[in-house]
Amino acid sequence: MKALKKLIDNKLKPHFEEGGKLKRFWVVFDSLDTFAFVPGHTTKSGTHIRDGIDMKRTMMMVIIAMIPCLLFGTWNIGHQYLLGIGEITSATPLMDMFWSKMGWGASRILPLLAVSYGVGLGIEFIFAGIRKHSINEGFLVSGMLIPLIMPADISLWMVGLATAFAVVIGKEVFGGTGMNILNVALTARAFLFFAYPTKISGNVWLMGNEGDTFIDGATGATAMGELANTIGIDANSPATEPIRSMFTDGSVYSFWNQFIGLEPGSIGETSALACLIGAAILLLVGIASWRVILSFFAGGFAMAFIFHTFAANDFMGVEPLHQLMMGGFFFGMVFMATDPVTAAQTNTGKLIYGFFGGLFSIMIRVFNPAYPEGVMMAILFMNVMAPMIDHYVIQSNIKKRLKRAAVAA
Amino acid sequence: MSTETQELQAVKKESLFSKKNKRLVTDPLSDNNPITIQVLGICSALAITVQIQQAIMMSLSVLFVLIGANVIVSLLRKVIPDRIRIIVQLVIVASLVIIVNEVLKAYAPDISEKLSVFVGLIITNCIIMGRLEAFALANKPGPSMMDAIGNGIGYAWILLAVAIVREIFGSGTINLEGLGIGKFQLFPEAFYEMGYMNNNLMILPPMALIVVGVIIWIQRSRNKALIEEH
Repeated sequence: MKALKKLIDNKLKPHFEEGGKLKRFWVVFDSLDTFAFVPGHTTKSGTHIRDGIDMKRTMMMVIIAMIPCLLFGTWNIGHQYLLGIGEITSATPLMDMFWSKMGWGASRILPLLAVSYGVGLGIEFIFAGIRKHSINEGFLVSGMLIPLIMPADISLWMVGLATAFAVVIGKEVFGGTGMNILNVALTARAFLFFAYPTKISGNVWLMGNEGDTFIDGATGATAMGELANTIGIDANSPATEPIRSMFTDGSVYSFWNQFIGLEPGSIGETSALACLIGAAILLLVGIASWRVILSFFAGGFAMAFIFHTFAANDFMGVEPLHQLMMGGFFFGMVFMATDPVTAAQTNTGKLIYGFFGGLFSIMIRVFNPAYPEGVMMAILFMNVMAPMIDHYVIQSNIKKRLKRAAVAA
Repeated sequence: MSTETQELQAVKKESLFSKKNKRLVTDPLSDNNPITIQVLGICSALAITVQIQQAIMMSLSVLFVLIGANVIVSLLRKVIPDRIRIIVQLVIVASLVIIVNEVLKAYAPDISEKLSVFVGLIITNCIIMGRLEAFALANKPGPSMMDAIGNGIGYAWILLAVAIVREIFGSGTINLEGLGIGKFQLFPEAFYEMGYMNNNLMILPPMALIVVGVIIWIQRSRNKALIEEH
C-alpha cells in the first residue's frame, strides 16, 4: 500500500500540480486520490475539535444504507418480470430462480446506475474545473438515488437528461453541493414526471424484452395506479370490488406483500422493510435525523387515519398503516426527507417539516388521481418551505428570550 | 440667459442618430434588457412562448404599442397634468392595444385566438408603463422613439430565444402556419420510433421561467458588471 502511495505522490502528482502538463485535470486526480487515501492536510489555524467523519464518509454511509433497497430492487424487478411472463406464479417459493431474477434485475439497473453516475459526475467535473474547486462528493448519493426512484423500463437517455437537468438546474446554479434548495434526485424525477408523463406516471410499469408476451391479468399496475381508478366512486361499491380484493390478505397488494415489497413499482422503493433497514443504519451512525423520520411517519399516519375515518372512496378507505406501505412513502421518508441540506435545520423546524411532508404525501396521493404518488411532490414542496419554517422557529425563539430578558430586567 | 443659449445649442447639435441616442437602442438589447436585467414583462414571456409564431406576433404588438405610446406621451409631456398622468398614459396605451387587437383579429385570426387575453394584457405590461414613466415623460419624441425601439427589440429577442427552445424541444416542430409560411417537422419519424419523445415540460410555463433564468445566467457570467456585490 505504501509503495502505491509513494508511486502516486512522487510520479503522478507532479503532472497534475501547478505547472504540470495535466494541470487542468487536477480536480479529477484530486478526487480520485482522496477517495483512496485520507487527505494529508491538517487544520492550519487555531485548534478545532474535529470529528473524523467528513463528507466523503457521510456519503459512503448513506450509500451503504441504500444497499438493502438496491439489492431487493434488483431481485424484485426480476421477480415481477418472471411473474409477468408467467414463468412463475405467486405460489412459487420466492427463492426459486434466485440468480435469474438477480441477473435480469442487474441487467436493468447497472445501465441506469452507469448513466446516472456518468452524466452526473461528468457535469460535476466540468463545474469543478470552471469554478476551480475540488470535486464535491455530493453526487455520490444522488447518483445512487436517481436509478432507485425510476421505473425499470425507463429509457436511458431520459435518465441521462433528467440527471443533467437536476445537477445543473437543481444544484449547480445555486452554487453546488450543500447550496441546493431542492433534493437533486427528486428534481430529476420531477423533471421526468412532467417531461415524459406517459413513461413515469406510475400507472403501468411492465417491462420486458421485445417480443415477450405477458400473461392475462399481468397488468404491471402499481397499487396506487389501481386505487386511483376508484376515485369518484363510492366506497365499497360493487364496481370496485375487483380492485378492493387485490388488497386483502393473500392477494398481490396485501399488507405483508407491500411491507416486504413484492409488488411492481420504482426500482428501490417497493420494500418498506429494506427502507427500514436503511433507516436503522442511518440512525445508528447519526446521519439521518430521527426527528424528520418520526414526524414524517406521524404526519402520514395522521392523514391516512383521517382519510380512513371518512372513507369517501376506496382509496381513502385503505387501513392507515397499509396506506403508508404503498408506493415510495418509506423510501422518501428515509432517504429523501432526511437530506440534511434541503431539510429544515432547527430541531423544532425538523418536526414541522417532517409532519407536513408526510401529511401532504398522503393528501396529494389520495386527492389527485393525476399524481398517483404524492411523496415526491410533498418533499419538494417542503424543501421549498424549509427555510421559511426555520426562519419562524428562530424568530419565535428570539421573541421568547427577549420576553424573558425583559421580565428579568 | 446663458443657460437658455446652452440648451438651444444642445438642441441643435443633438441629431437623432447621435452616439447618445444610439445607446438608447443598444443598451436595452443586453446590458439593460427589460426582461433579463430589469425583470419586467415576465408574465407575457412565460405565457406566450410555447410557439415561435405567437412570440413573433406578441413582440411586434408590444413594439408597436411601445413606440406609439412613447412618442405620443412624449409629445404631450408638457400638457399632461402631473397628478393624472398615469390615467392619461393608460388611455393612450389602451387605445393602441385595441387597435393592435383588432388588426390581429382581422389579419391573423389563428394567432389572435392563441394569444387570447395576452394582447389585451399589453396594457398592463410593466415594460410599457416603465418606459413611459421613466423616459417618455422627460424626453423629446425623437429619443423616446429610439428608447421604445431599443426596449421593444430587447423584449422581442428574449421572447424569440425562449420560444425557439420551447417549440423545438416541446413540440418538435416549427409551426409558422399563422404567418402563412407553413409547418416544419424538425425530427424525422425514425427518431420517434427509436424512442425519442417531445419534452412535455417545455410546454409548461415553469420551463419558460427556467429558460429565461438560463439566459440571465449566461448573460451575467459574461458581463461581470452585472454581478451584484453581496
